[in-house]
Amino acid sequence: MTAIPVQTDATALTGTNPAPTAAGPRRKPRGTAQQRFPFLRNKKAVTGLVILGFFTLLALIGPWIAPFDPNAISKDILQGPSATHWFGTSHLGQDVLSQIIVGTRSVMLVGLVTGVIATVLSVIVGVSAGFLGGVSDEILSALSNIFLVIPALPLIIIIAGQLPDAGGMTIALILAATGWAWGARVLRAQTLSLRRRDFVEAARANGESTWRIVWFETLPNLTAIIASSFIGTVTFAILSQTTLAFIGVTSIKSWSWGTVLYWAQSGQALHRGAWWWFVPAGLCIALVGMALTFINFGIDEFVNPRLRSAGTSAKDMRRRGIRPRIGFTAIDRSAMATSRRRAVAPPAHPDAWAPETTPSPKSPPTKEPKR
Amino acid sequence: MTETITALSGTPTAAREPILEIRDLHVGYGYGESPVRALRGVNLTLHRGEVLGLAGESGCGKSTLAYAATRLLPPPGLIMGGEVLYHGAQGSGEPPVDILSMTDKELRASRWEDVAIVFQGAMNSLNPVYRIGRQLMDAIAAHRKDSTKAERAERARELLSMVGIAPDRVSAFPHELSGGMRQRVMIAMALALEPKVLIMDEPTTALDVVMQRQILEQVIDLRDRLGFSVIFITHDVSLLIEVADRIAIMYAGEIIEEASASDVYRRPRHPYAHGLLHSFPPLHGPKRPLAGIPGSPPDLQALPSGCPFRVRCDHVMDACSQIQPVLGPTRLNEPGRQVACLLHDAALAPTLPESLSR
Repeated sequence: MTAIPVQTDATALTGTNPAPTAAGPRRKPRGTAQQRFPFLRNKKAVTGLVILGFFTLLALIGPWIAPFDPNAISKDILQGPSATHWFGTSHLGQDVLSQIIVGTRSVMLVGLVTGVIATVLSVIVGVSAGFLGGVSDEILSALSNIFLVIPALPLIIIIAGQLPDAGGMTIALILAATGWAWGARVLRAQTLSLRRRDFVEAARANGESTWRIVWFETLPNLTAIIASSFIGTVTFAILSQTTLAFIGVTSIKSWSWGTVLYWAQSGQALHRGAWWWFVPAGLCIALVGMALTFINFGIDEFVNPRLRSAGTSAKDMRRRGIRPRIGFTAIDRSAMATSRRRAVAPPAHPDAWAPETTPSPKSPPTKEPKR
Repeated sequence: MTETITALSGTPTAAREPILEIRDLHVGYGYGESPVRALRGVNLTLHRGEVLGLAGESGCGKSTLAYAATRLLPPPGLIMGGEVLYHGAQGSGEPPVDILSMTDKELRASRWEDVAIVFQGAMNSLNPVYRIGRQLMDAIAAHRKDSTKAERAERARELLSMVGIAPDRVSAFPHELSGGMRQRVMIAMALALEPKVLIMDEPTTALDVVMQRQILEQVIDLRDRLGFSVIFITHDVSLLIEVADRIAIMYAGEIIEEASASDVYRRPRHPYAHGLLHSFPPLHGPKRPLAGIPGSPPDLQALPSGCPFRVRCDHVMDACSQIQPVLGPTRLNEPGRQVACLLHDAALAPTLPESLSR
């Protein structure tokens, strides 16, 4: 709508310059890490990534770095946090810290596997339904509507009751099978709106194949929705997995944060005042949930080219009083000082249009050479 | 229409009161350390009852100027300095208000009431689910809260007939109107509150020439009756010469020539204006050879030193790469026109080229 300056071949212009450097400071060809990875500009996203990275690392190397065997029984029964047992011990003298560390793996695994499978399913079903239309759309919509009303937890409880040992993968698969439908519906709606847009029509007119239109024209526009739906599913999966372990549906032999809570509950930790038994597991769940939410904040800035090219951090913008809003253009009079390329002539007098009484041709001192 | 224009061009411009003054406006795109400098120190004055045309190549900052002056520039647009003074009260000696330092509330109240805009591609600006009468009435209701519904309905009918649409079309949906009619509805909507300034950003680009002419004649006619001022943005210079009283020509985010429409047409003083005017056939008068301007507009992030036009200019001198020309009187010292070119500086250029001194 507005006239964004057209980028032309700069070399064609500067090539004739006696001194191209006189053209003023050019944007550095290679920026700092923040410029190359705009995702890092968002402090919240960075915080989220760091927390999530920490837990992922714990999930990978947990069993090797745990100070004790989480199952090993000792004489230190129900002790508070100490130098040996950082998070205290359980009613059997097991080290709670080791249980948390070893349990991280199954929590992260269920979250990740559920997130990936459910997101892939929702993209396939949602985007196809939105793009194909007609009978295929009807069938796929009906399918997602059916899955939408299947309650995940009761289903898992029933299935887990039938299976001798309901491990992490079983849980992840069932959660994915019941958790994809909502994302599919959202994606279908967005695809329906996208496929009518001019750039998709233009791609079709160019003779692009439907496959290419779906993957290269439509899908990148859905990135924000897909990413936030992935984050949402992972959170849902982690909470569900913990719930199931807590109520004892999954195998109580394999450690997860929910299992810790299950034993804390059955060992009457609250009643005995053993807060160290359940607080760390609860905090871990809260931390992972918070990290995922923080990452979600950064996603929009990352996938929206308009926000990405705005080129500064939210904090910096707040400091300068810039709020990017439609209809109220930001004003920052200090921006001139930093990016000023030349001295600006004083504003023309409002009476500049009045016929001048004395002929005064422009003299060189009024013009200011460009820096 | 030609008569009106001659009549208006005849009045001395200096005697007229300013309504909107843009002073030293700097606008950039991007919130980072080096925003693209889309406008660099633009000064422009719109007088009461005048049609001011803004012309220039694509990407020279015409629309940016209009949107920045009304604070409608979407992110990542950034106003980096300057002021936009609106002289609301006529002849009462009240100080003008700076649109750029208004609070959000003041700005909302001032919009449409003082300065109204007809957008580029205006015919898609109507909401498809509401009847056009309702949309006109909503615009009025937002600013005139104490008006009755009957008054608003009456006003909507009046507005439609003003732009040449039968008043009974108030109950039509946007899809039931042709592109030209929708465009007129948008103009009617812009005029609903009798603003003092109407900004038209390529309002007729999507229409055929006959419709363009009809609509513009209507706008000029309304201007004569209601006395508002118009800023008219287009790259159709021939159209501009017909409708505008005064024309400002922009290049690379700066105004490089400003004069009455007939002066710009007959006696351009800037090499770029000369090139622009010789790149389309004249509507009247003898045929003349067409000549374009070689090259393309400069990259605003890597402007050449000195005059931004020098790399494409036929009359380039050594001084052009060292001195940045500013808007000033012409070499012939004609009243009421300004130009930013070193050729008009007797100390730097021995003579003014024949093509620019006619």
